[in-house]
Amino acid sequence: MNRATVIWGMLLIAGAAYLLVRVQSVGNGRVYVQRVEVQPQAAPPAEGEAPAAAPAGWVRYEPALRSSAGEEDIEVSIPRTVGVWLAALLTLCILSFLWGDNPFYKLAESVFVGASAGYAMVVGFWTGIVQNLFGKLFPELMRASFLPGQEGEGSLVYIVPLVLSVMMLMRLSPVGGWISRWPLAFFIGATAGIRLVSYFKSDFLLQIESSIVPLIVMTDGGLNWQESLKNITVTVGVLSCLVYFFFSVEHRGAAGVASRLGIWFLMITFGAGFGYTVMGRIALIAERLQFLFSDWLWLI
Amino acid sequence: MKRTVPLFIAAITGFVLIAADFVPYTQSWGDTAMIWFDILAAVAFILGGANLLRMHLQKISDVRPGWGYSVVTILAFLVTLVVGLGKFGVHPAEDFPNHPWSGDYIAHGGGFWWIYEYVYLPLAATMFAMLAFYIASAAYRAFRAKNTEATILLATAFIVLLGRTYAGVYLTGNLPESLAWLKLNYLTDVIMNVFNLAGNRAITIGIGLGVVALSLKVLLGVDRSYLGSDREA
Repeated sequence: MNRATVIWGMLLIAGAAYLLVRVQSVGNGRVYVQRVEVQPQAAPPAEGEAPAAAPAGWVRYEPALRSSAGEEDIEVSIPRTVGVWLAALLTLCILSFLWGDNPFYKLAESVFVGASAGYAMVVGFWTGIVQNLFGKLFPELMRASFLPGQEGEGSLVYIVPLVLSVMMLMRLSPVGGWISRWPLAFFIGATAGIRLVSYFKSDFLLQIESSIVPLIVMTDGGLNWQESLKNITVTVGVLSCLVYFFFSVEHRGAAGVASRLGIWFLMITFGAGFGYTVMGRIALIAERLQFLFSDWLWLI
Repeated sequence: MKRTVPLFIAAITGFVLIAADFVPYTQSWGDTAMIWFDILAAVAFILGGANLLRMHLQKISDVRPGWGYSVVTILAFLVTLVVGLGKFGVHPAEDFPNHPWSGDYIAHGGGFWWIYEYVYLPLAATMFAMLAFYIASAAYRAFRAKNTEATILLATAFIVLLGRTYAGVYLTGNLPESLAWLKLNYLTDVIMNVFNLAGNRAITIGIGLGVVALSLKVLLGVDRSYLGSDREA
């Protein structure tokens, strides 16, 4: 066993011992909830019918503040407490990758892959298949089961995506997998057609329209030099960047100067993008640390 | 049949949707196509899930190195799937108490919500948060103010990083009013609203043209990479 492993092992044991002591003394990581009795109302009876019996109620648990522990209707939620501990341990497992690849990280990574795939499938099933497909093809059945609040009539046109879906599932068949290319072609063709128009409008025409601004801005009869400078800089920046992207002309002379200016503008853009990306990631790590130190350890 | 029909389907679908956008009566076709698109995407997730199961079961069956992690992946996948599809722990919607399946699948307090809140979300957030360390480490190793362009990039990143935090306000907050334009938060605003705007606008125009060109290549059958190889069954 090398020295690093011994040191990390000792640190882990010390950390676990600290946690045990803290749980005994403070009880950190507990999640408190408030019991709320839900008593739904029976639907109003139809004409001539006797009123229906009130449906059975249930208990809903609302999040409660740690400071409200001991108050009436406030209790510790075992599932949520287990959840906080599990989330904390999984967070630490992922963070352990900073030390190097290790079994804890691989375990958390495997859970992440499985849970992500399951999550995507469940969301796709309830929104894509049940709501969008079955909701249109079998509206009465859906209203009687999963989607009682759904409005509107069905549409037989949705047989087309149903057929395309079945064709796509042919991919799982040992023969005839090529049939899945047909829905894929629809998928690709529809995306290309919709994106062509929408990107041309939003990314090309609208951007050009936004760039056509007065270079000299007058407000209240006087020169607004700040707005004028801004507009001139933006216009020069857009044009010089476009010259840099234009490879049909050799970047020499005036084109060379403009393209070099374009590179500088792009470098500022990339620098700002880099700064923003780092900031976003730091905000995420701060949020995770806040979870660990506040929700789990109750240190802050 | 295997390659020609899909080319026609892609071309007809694409061009019909382009034309539909110019006719007021058919403008909603695009929205309908997007709903169909969502349905097919949901079905594609089934294919993805099946593929994930197949790959990991194969790994377990062959007892390849790391097969134990495949067991964990499959367990996590199946548990999430069963809990989500079965709406475990989800009460009926309060407006429809007589419909036991009417509750939202991700309702607060339900099983799927628990998995999302305490497993998926922490893992996803921490995974992305880890990138902060790697970006910083890569930047430290790769960024060198060797020439004008690199210096501009470095200086901008430095100003934006400081200007968007309290550190920037604290460091330059005491500057006199005559030098207020040197305050880091003000400089950051100028960079973001003027220089960054110009650069991003040019890039966006390029992206717009790129998407149009790529879409036309796909619709005209010049780019057929989505069809895969001829050897597929």
